[in-house]
Amino acid sequence: MILIPCPNCGPRNSSEFTYEGENKERPNAATVTKAQWRNYLYLKNNPLGWTTETWYHSSGCKKFLVAERHTMTNEIRSTKALGQQGGAS
Amino acid sequence: MSRNKPVKYSALGLFKRGLSGKEWPRVWRDVDLKKTYDVVIIGAGVHGLSTAYYLAKNHGVKNVAVVDRAYVGGGGSGRNTAILRSNYLTPEGVRFYDRSVDLYRHLAADLNFNVMFAPRGHLTLAHNDGALRTMRWRAEVNKVQGIDSEVIGPEEIKKLVPYMDVSDDTRYPILGALYHPPGGIIRHDAVNWGYARAADAMGVEIHQKTEVLGINTAGGKVTGVRTNRGDVSAPIVINCTAGWATLIADMAGVKLPIITHPLQAAVTEPVQMFLSSVVVSGSLHVYVSQTDRGELVFGASTDPYAAYSMRSSLEFTEELAGHVLELMPSISKMRVLRQWSGLCDITPDFSPIMGFTEVEGFLVDVGWGTYGFKAGPASGEAMAQLAATNKTPEIISAFDLARFEEGRLASERGAAAVGH
Ligand SMILES: Cc1cc2nc3c(=O)[nH]c(=O)nc-3n(C[C@H](O)[C@H](O)[C@H](O)COP(=O)(O)OP(=O)(O)OC[C@H]3O[C@@H](n4cnc5c(N)ncnc54)[C@H](O)[C@@H]3O)c2cc1C
Ligand SMILES: [Zn+2]
Repeated sequence: MILIPCPNCGPRNSSEFTYEGENKERPNAATVTKAQWRNYLYLKNNPLGWTTETWYHSSGCKKFLVAERHTMTNEIRSTKALGQQGGAS
Repeated sequence: MSRNKPVKYSALGLFKRGLSGKEWPRVWRDVDLKKTYDVVIIGAGVHGLSTAYYLAKNHGVKNVAVVDRAYVGGGGSGRNTAILRSNYLTPEGVRFYDRSVDLYRHLAADLNFNVMFAPRGHLTLAHNDGALRTMRWRAEVNKVQGIDSEVIGPEEIKKLVPYMDVSDDTRYPILGALYHPPGGIIRHDAVNWGYARAADAMGVEIHQKTEVLGINTAGGKVTGVRTNRGDVSAPIVINCTAGWATLIADMAGVKLPIITHPLQAAVTEPVQMFLSSVVVSGSLHVYVSQTDRGELVFGASTDPYAAYSMRSSLEFTEELAGHVLELMPSISKMRVLRQWSGLCDITPDFSPIMGFTEVEGFLVDVGWGTYGFKAGPASGEAMAQLAATNKTPEIISAFDLARFEEGRLASERGAAAVGH
């Protein structure tokens, strides 16, 4: 089980969270082409190494958080509330 | 080209060797890596090996290297739970997987290798109305394609699996099941080794411990691969690396809509045969079958987050045990012998990606998720044809990479999310 340090609740088992996936920049809906939008929906980086992703604390504070996690070791080196600079780690 | 004449496996041969005590020869050769090939295949799993086999057998393309950074069957092909079936949801999917089951049926004779295919029947349980509706839908799609598939009720399920609790006082009562008699299990290692041996006998080279570090391209065309044993040039390079597929595609500058998730499985100590069918429960996220040796093989859904780690976890076994006991309370005293994990290359529509990419000569046979072992023969056959003729065979035309950008998804979510 990986432990995720929630900025609100402290370290909690990952089973309390819903994995939302890798963070990606959302294209501007007003100017985006169909192909660009589909690429945004479907293409991921899927890196082997550090990745930045969103989790939802569904069985806890019901807040979203952004974590930096290593996809090989599952080590989490930082977390912060979604939309917030810096934060707990 | 050095040729390898393998001994023919037979009962008589086994008897003679038993008497003479003579050593069996190596199953495939270990040769030096050449500087150039007609085709380089990355990944010595069932997909890479079957593609090489059909390239040599059906198209006479024998100057082929299959390279793997680890060993034959070290990826998903040696870690899966070996369930074969063709009762999918889309007509394209059903047709494709049925071709594979067809090829599996006479694979032992084709490869002169006992792959132990046991079509013992496959049951997908429905615990709620929504699931039952999907089962009926699948049964109809299957029947139209001529596939033996029907919805049955709890009494019939009880006849097929006497140890199952089909009463209605459980937490998730069983309302019915999709029954697919031709489905079953196979010995995955034998399939991998059989393809490797038969391909090798025709001149294909299998290079283990040969890691691809880069893909060389020039002017939008692939020219070869960079490996830990030196550069190799080839006009065609096929990516058959499943869970590692995006890492290889990145080297060629090709983006794939794939996320890598670990998938775990477990096996118990062997007991006397009591479970003939393969039983899958989507709602309980679990499936179980009994091998010819008597072990129960369990699997579940993928781990809930993307990762390349193949560590197994206690929470997996705990959850699994709870769910299995809901179905079969009487096996509560059985002991788990081993558990393990493999990597799955998940696509947005639970269908594979086979064919061309924007880099000429760089082909993909990926996106096999949790369901790709059963597809090995049909995809190998089709990919070999594609590589040899430079045309996409009809049977895989719905599974091209361009479908994502063009919005033509082939959704198998309802038939492939848990039941592999
Ligand atoms: C626990 C589990 C249960 C499953 N159950 C089923 C099932 O019941 N039925 C079913 O049909 N499917 C099942 N699957 C899915 C199935 O195992 C896979 O889809 C299938 O084996 C993929 O085969 P492959 O040949 O494409 O890839 P793999 O067998 O994964 O082979 C990929 C190879 O690429 C090699 N590689 C990676 N990177 C490099 C590199 N840089 N250079 C060289 N080589 C490299 C790896 O070493 C590996 O050997 C299951 C999977 C798992 C993990
Ligand atoms: Zn929280």
